[in-house]
Amino acid sequence: MKKVGIIGVGQSAFVRGYPGAIRELAFDGFKEAMEDAKISVKDIDASLIASAPEYDKQRSPAGVIAEYLGLIPQPTCYIETVCSSSSMGLMVAYSMIQAGLYDVVAVVGFQKMSEISSMEVQERMGRGADIQWESPFGTMMPAYYAMYARAYMAGHGLTLDDLAKVRVKAATYGQINEKAVYRKAVKLEDFSDPESRLSGPIADPLRVGDCCANADGSSAIIVASEEKAKAVCEKPIWILGLGAASEAVNMAGRPDLTGGLRVGIEAGKKAFKMAGLTPKDIDVAEVHDCFTIAELMAYENLGFAKPGEGKELIQSKETYKEGSIPINVDGGLLSKGHPIGATGGSQVRTIVLQLRGEAGPMQVKDPAIGLVHNIGGVGLYGNVTILGR
Amino acid sequence: MAKQEKEEDTRFSKFGTVSFTALTKTNDFIDYLEKGKLMGTRCKKCGQIFFPPRANCYSCFSSDMDWFEVSGKGRLLSHTKLEYAPVGFEDDLPYALALVDYGDYKVFGRLNKDIPGGEIKVGMEVAPQVVKLPKGHISYEFTKA
Repeated sequence: MKKVGIIGVGQSAFVRGYPGAIRELAFDGFKEAMEDAKISVKDIDASLIASAPEYDKQRSPAGVIAEYLGLIPQPTCYIETVCSSSSMGLMVAYSMIQAGLYDVVAVVGFQKMSEISSMEVQERMGRGADIQWESPFGTMMPAYYAMYARAYMAGHGLTLDDLAKVRVKAATYGQINEKAVYRKAVKLEDFSDPESRLSGPIADPLRVGDCCANADGSSAIIVASEEKAKAVCEKPIWILGLGAASEAVNMAGRPDLTGGLRVGIEAGKKAFKMAGLTPKDIDVAEVHDCFTIAELMAYENLGFAKPGEGKELIQSKETYKEGSIPINVDGGLLSKGHPIGATGGSQVRTIVLQLRGEAGPMQVKDPAIGLVHNIGGVGLYGNVTILGR
Repeated sequence: MAKQEKEEDTRFSKFGTVSFTALTKTNDFIDYLEKGKLMGTRCKKCGQIFFPPRANCYSCFSSDMDWFEVSGKGRLLSHTKLEYAPVGFEDDLPYALALVDYGDYKVFGRLNKDIPGGEIKVGMEVAPQVVKLPKGHISYEFTKA
């Protein structure tokens, strides 16, 4: 089978309250990816626009954004799996190219969470679950992840310090990532300091510091057929494996919470099988750390640690830049911020830059294979993508 | 000819603090709650058990369901106490959520507020009880068994 490559990546800065319209926000990430790919909009055969529609006032944003980016009359459509929308977009782009329909496809993710008021965001967050059977109890994203954290504390001896250490690592790299919304350092002691905002309770055992921040942002990935990638790009990064999965929306339909997120396990297995690789082959990874507990579950669900032993990787700092499996060394969602539809594309950008040796102060030593783990909702959707030089 | 007003069965709009669903084929769930019973469904054709209740079976595509009662002791799998709430739930704060294991199925719901925090432990036995809410709403929660 022929290969499919990534020839350009870009993202906007992730910020609170982007001072512009969604089409202008999408332009920022797309411009960086196009300047990276060094091609013109005429070379793009189709576009996929990824975001979560509940934050937008614009109905059917794909057409509006495609026009603003100069991508008409080429086909475009909207791709949505909430927080993993742009990773699912990458999978669809791969399929369109492998099918021989198109040579170059742009995946543009965006989210302007400040498009609506924070009261409206809260109201929509409450409906991000099973609206018939669970939302009437007053559920929220942090509460669901808190229940996974509680189950891990009871079943695997996870501690509050283990959770806090994930945030301390994220902040280590958030400080050196100029695109991140949270650039401050975080100390373990901040979590026990009543004066620190990070110690404030949200849904126990999760505290403010265990949660990522809402942000506005955009990302773009330019995907190309093998011939086109080799013709126009000096350092194409190849898509080696793609996996995706879905799960019961309600918690009652989930397997044992102490096993983490089943979509991460299933998507990971499929991606590793397609790539013909194992977790030991991965040199650098981005995992979906919307909450600190989510990163620890990802370590286990992807096979970097045995079930229940994810905490040991953060305790021993093996997931720091100098460790055996560097993870989220761009600050992750915890420091970068989490603009839903743009998040997966930003993770892919980080791994592509790492594999090209262009990650600047965040660069890991000479990685050849990288992995992106991107979750939608509370493990409702999951995508794992494996990339190589 | 006079336009006939079709009466809609919106019983489910009474479920929980804020219900986001009015029309469902599982509306009888509310009647059972009003009789003090928490119910799930079982497919009459293939025996598949469902909680939350479903009107349709994905195993055999039958829509012929029996109701069964969720009663007695279950095991607390996890819980959390919320200090922030979505719009419409502010007056309930703080409140706790629970996931409870019944072997063949699990049940998600509120955890009774009166259980002292120190007594709540993963693995403890809990049992459901129906709770009446303001404005004629109705729900269920778990309490110590």
